[in-house]
Amino acid sequence: MAGDGVHTFTDGNFDADVLKSGAPVLVDFWAEWCGPCKRLAPTIDALADDYAGKVTIGKLNVDENPNTPGKYNVRGIPALLLFKGGQLVDQVVGLQPKENIKQVIDRHL
Amino acid sequence: MPTSRNVVIIGSGPAGLTAALYTARANLQPLLIEGLEAGGQLMLTTMVENFPGHRDGVMGPDLMGEMRAQAEKFGTEIIQGNVVSVDVCARPIVIKTTEQEYTARTLIIATGASARLLGLAAERTLMGHGVSTCATCDGYFFRGHDIAVVGGGDSAMEEAVFLTKFADKVTLVHRRDTLRASKIMQDKARANSKIAWMLDHEVEDIKDTGKGEVTGMVLRHNKTGVKTEVPLSGVFVAIGHTPNTSLFKGQLELDANGYIVTHDGAKTSVDGVFACGDVQDHIYRQAITAAGSGCMAALDAERYLEGMPEHLQT
Repeated sequence: MAGDGVHTFTDGNFDADVLKSGAPVLVDFWAEWCGPCKRLAPTIDALADDYAGKVTIGKLNVDENPNTPGKYNVRGIPALLLFKGGQLVDQVVGLQPKENIKQVIDRHL
Repeated sequence: MPTSRNVVIIGSGPAGLTAALYTARANLQPLLIEGLEAGGQLMLTTMVENFPGHRDGVMGPDLMGEMRAQAEKFGTEIIQGNVVSVDVCARPIVIKTTEQEYTARTLIIATGASARLLGLAAERTLMGHGVSTCATCDGYFFRGHDIAVVGGGDSAMEEAVFLTKFADKVTLVHRRDTLRASKIMQDKARANSKIAWMLDHEVEDIKDTGKGEVTGMVLRHNKTGVKTEVPLSGVFVAIGHTPNTSLFKGQLELDANGYIVTHDGAKTSVDGVFACGDVQDHIYRQAITAAGSGCMAALDAERYLEGMPEHLQT
């Protein structure tokens, strides 16, 4: 029951959908085996609603897409990476309350 | 203002969910606020082999899923919130989450304990880039690498053995020359040829903050002071936990280590406020003892409500 506004990113569409996006993009790196990632999922859904039209929010499964986490040196999940204009501008590692994540996003709006 | 709840439970590990099960079955319609680390520490484990009734073991997250479903089946209302403040001296007791405010006649605290860190500056900087407190989450990223596990308890042994599925070599670092882990867990780890041992060693530093990734760690022998640099790409910290009691500082009696002090069962220093699980237990810290103390807190709360004078039962 992922929020309708949550995109699915892959190694294949990362360039087009994240790096070349006109809007800032928040990418949630996750995996099926990661308990904290699952706990974070409802927060991601809620953020996608809160920032609809302003920030693109989506998930990238690290198990199915090993190249992108390697490229950005992601070695711990959940990890939220914020991209703006094709550049990595901020990141949040580990389970965080929604308010903390909002603060990070708002710094770049 | 909405009517007060009979029972509000904060925390959703074995203690909180057992308290919920018992208070729900006592028809007290408990409200349980899950908290950020929903499901508690067992959500980060793999096979649990010492929970009675599961002779072939049970996966930690599955066990917690069952406990949650069982508590809900009997009428527990579960909320995905994070408590930001409580007033345990007000009557009714006031509990605030980021979204809402609740009032309750009794409060059961089951906020548990969270992973403790070594306290090195490099550890914070490199968290998520080679430093981790969750082997089940992050082991995957270290396929074919050399890594270390820091700690000497059951969790450290379990993580070390688990991580040998991914890593070429796991160095176990512990500051004492003996381990605190149970015999069976020690034996499992010692029998694993991928695990190397650096006992009596303290972690002095983790490298390399400049590069933004872990490239090695500096260890110091506790007796000789001799330093050793071990090249590796991951450090898993499993040195125990600290109780989640910051909400209650100044309101409830805490011991020197920050644990809630309980007496006569699950009672705290304030009437109508009960505590169970790891937030009040630095000795046993098992799923089964947490569940047991959750049951105690529920029965104590039930008894307290029965004896409550009528003018307070609003």
